[in-house]
Amino acid sequence: MNRILTKRTLTQNVKLFEVEAPLIARKAKPGHFVILRFHEKGERIPITLAGSGPKRGTITIVFAEVGKSSTQLGNLEEGDEILNLLGPLGNPFPLDNYGTILCIGGGVFIGALIYHMKALKEAGNKIVAVLGSRGKKHLFFVEEAKEVADELYVTTDDGSAGLEGLVFLEDLLKERSFDHVFTIGPTSLQKEVSEMTRPHGIRTTVNLFPIMVDGMGMCGACRVTVGGETKFACVDGPDFDGHEVDFDELISRMRVYNPQEKIAMILYQRVV
Amino acid sequence: MAARGPQVEMPKQPPEERVDNFDEVAQGYTEEMAIEEALRCLTCPNPQCIKGCPVDIDIPGFIDLMKQGKFDEAIKEVKEKNALPAICGRVCPQESQCQKFCILGIKGDPIAIGRLERFVADWEQEHGVEVPGNPDNNGGKVAVVGAGPAGLTVAAELAKLGHDVTIFEALHNAGGVLTYGIPQFRLPKEIVQAEVNYVQKLGVTINLDAMIGKLYTISELFADGFDAVFIGSGAGLTRFLHVPGENLNGIYSANEFLIRTNLMRAYKFPEYDTPINVGKIVAVIGGGNVAMDSARSALRLGAEKVIIVYRRGREELPARLEEVENAEEEGVEFMLLNNPVRFKGDDLGRVKQMEVIRMELGEPDESGRRRPIPVEGSEYLIDVNTVVIAIGQTPNPIIQRTTEGLETTRWNTIVVDEETMQTSIEGVYAGGDIVSGTATVISAMGAGKKAAKAIHEYIFKKS
Ligand SMILES: Cc1cc2nc3c(=O)[nH]c(=O)nc-3n(C[C@H](O)[C@H](O)[C@H](O)COP(=O)(O)OP(=O)(O)OC[C@H]3O[C@@H](n4cnc5c(N)ncnc54)[C@H](O)[C@@H]3O)c2cc1C
Ligand SMILES: Cc1cc2nc3c(=O)[nH]c(=O)nc-3n(C[C@H](O)[C@H](O)[C@H](O)COP(=O)(O)OP(=O)(O)OC[C@H]3O[C@@H](n4cnc5c(N)ncnc54)[C@H](O)[C@@H]3O)c2cc1C
Ligand code: FES
Repeated sequence: MNRILTKRTLTQNVKLFEVEAPLIARKAKPGHFVILRFHEKGERIPITLAGSGPKRGTITIVFAEVGKSSTQLGNLEEGDEILNLLGPLGNPFPLDNYGTILCIGGGVFIGALIYHMKALKEAGNKIVAVLGSRGKKHLFFVEEAKEVADELYVTTDDGSAGLEGLVFLEDLLKERSFDHVFTIGPTSLQKEVSEMTRPHGIRTTVNLFPIMVDGMGMCGACRVTVGGETKFACVDGPDFDGHEVDFDELISRMRVYNPQEKIAMILYQRVV
Repeated sequence: MAARGPQVEMPKQPPEERVDNFDEVAQGYTEEMAIEEALRCLTCPNPQCIKGCPVDIDIPGFIDLMKQGKFDEAIKEVKEKNALPAICGRVCPQESQCQKFCILGIKGDPIAIGRLERFVADWEQEHGVEVPGNPDNNGGKVAVVGAGPAGLTVAAELAKLGHDVTIFEALHNAGGVLTYGIPQFRLPKEIVQAEVNYVQKLGVTINLDAMIGKLYTISELFADGFDAVFIGSGAGLTRFLHVPGENLNGIYSANEFLIRTNLMRAYKFPEYDTPINVGKIVAVIGGGNVAMDSARSALRLGAEKVIIVYRRGREELPARLEEVENAEEEGVEFMLLNNPVRFKGDDLGRVKQMEVIRMELGEPDESGRRRPIPVEGSEYLIDVNTVVIAIGQTPNPIIQRTTEGLETTRWNTIVVDEETMQTSIEGVYAGGDIVSGTATVISAMGAGKKAAKAIHEYIFKKS
């Protein structure tokens, strides 16, 4: 069960797994996530789906090695089995023909973005896509994005792949008309995009990933304030209206265990 | 009536030692103690205690066997009616159930029925568990949602009757609240696992990481060949206070606090990967068993000061008296007749202070307890580093959201026929906290037994 069929290294710290999970695969849709655990003392790690193959009975995940758990996860090899795999969780992105949709994805979530774009394309949308990352060497799936998108912009924080930052978006939003904006990726990026689309009044769907524990709506670890109300991202989301989200609270909540996680990583590196 | 001495005390870890570890506090009787306590039983010809037992254990029967030292037979007698005795012996509120009706209790101490039940269950674990032979598989296929006490009981009962039972549990361990909620020092997880193993040995299949509503809907289960479905999905959804500042860092729901601690073993971080933040001063809001468990866990996680903040008075504390006393012995402080109205944070978004308002008690409300009324202008601030909110839980929502035609109440509990536990959908039954709202382990088991009987009849009628 939950065997890793394919492992790919996409960038220096981003890996892709294709995992045998036929039951999840037959239900998986863009926007869903899974929670996995790969050893008895491990934490529950939420990861967004970056693809599914119902025929092959597989799901695809793309993850960044940022701390102890994700680094250890990246050490698993083809043929290894993932101890626990729960899903599909959350609500899928509401697929519809919106018209022209601007899809902005950054960092490790570019995999998930493309999964969304493929489905949106099938639903008849015209897709303008923006891929963002820290720098050129952190980019992946640019070719894949080109294939799906009607128009593609690639931007990095340092300008090493052409465009720099999100400034160009201002112009794009001014000059063109979009029926919907979808953004997935680092919370700071989603916040910035939401700020930029607000004055234009374009409906903006964000995909949040606060800290989660059970992922089934029991614990409230994942609570976010949306439109002044507390929502649980795992069962009420993870998609929300970006213009209603309290991003500052979210960002502060996402950092709460950083000191402990650092200790865990240092101890782990010492052992390895 | 023959005079009887007081109950035989059960050894406990002393408070000053136990606050530093997660080992079980109550250590159980020795054989001698168990027999001595059993001998206090009058073996009444018309036993009252059984009336108080939601699963009808033949209490005088098993105690009589204990008197003779026949522990192997005593445990069989108990297991006739209760598949999870090591758990019930530890966490049932016996004082308001079987022991409440014990004749000895009128003048002195009732028989310590829970401790005796625990003793024989533990004795069996030590000496090897006997599993009744599996009957021929002559029944139907039953799906059970949730591996808490309700689900485990339905599954065990139906397996004993020859049905093919599969439990679908969303979490990575079975046991429900027994595993993720009740702390190790009150109910060791090894004990829960042993009882779960027993249910599996009866022939029940347990699928973990399987969330019904997502992986399969209830109607898909029928399409997959199940003849009946039991929903025992529990009430684990945390209630919040809905006051300003509640989403500051360091404010946990009791559920998150306990899941991190028990299910994920955050008390062993970094050996285990899941962290938890426990500051110097911890305020636990609420006065029930969940609040006591959270407060006592916080002490063991290293808090210097733990305060229970409860809006009514001591008399009204809904927790079991024994748990309140345990908490007090361990040094938990009680701030009664106080209620939080807001939380204040530092510049990093961490909770720093809590504003509370004094309360006084007015006329009794619907629950029969006196209604707490805020004393205007009495607000004041106290310093806190961690807050745990333990003011109650509501039903887990996923099944209700994904099952068409399932009748629910306005509290989101599932509506059932009280006799059969059948829901508004034919072939679908429900029981435990998902029906009653937060209750007890044994009442969830009682509901499970009722449902098992009805499901058995339903399947036979159908075929
Ligand atoms: C719904 C959801 C979808 C996600 N999808 C992806 C994905 O597709 N690819 C990917 O690389 N990452 C994804 N994440 C984030 C991923 O779960 C974390 O990076 C991972 O848990 C970090 O663990 P760590 O021990 O390696 O790092 P740590 O050192 O523990 O933490 C690094 C950062 O990860 C975040 N994090 C830590 N623990 C959790 C947790 N339990 N839940 C959520 N975030 C946490 C924190 O913000 C923290 O600052 C997702 C998170 C959520 C909630
Ligand atoms: C901290 C705490 C302390 C307590 N102490 C005591 C005590 O001392 N004595 C006592 O008698 N009672 C106590 N209780 C109450 C008691 O634990 C509950 O009444 C009892 O566990 C209810 O049993 P249940 O089987 O209905 O539900 P639960 O034990 O809640 O089990 C439900 C199970 O269903 C699973 N589930 C939910 N949704 C799905 C889904 N969609 N698909 C698959 N699985 C799903 C959950 O993960 C869970 O494992 C306590 C409760 C808490 C929280
Ligand atoms: S992760 Fe626990 S409620 Fe969402």
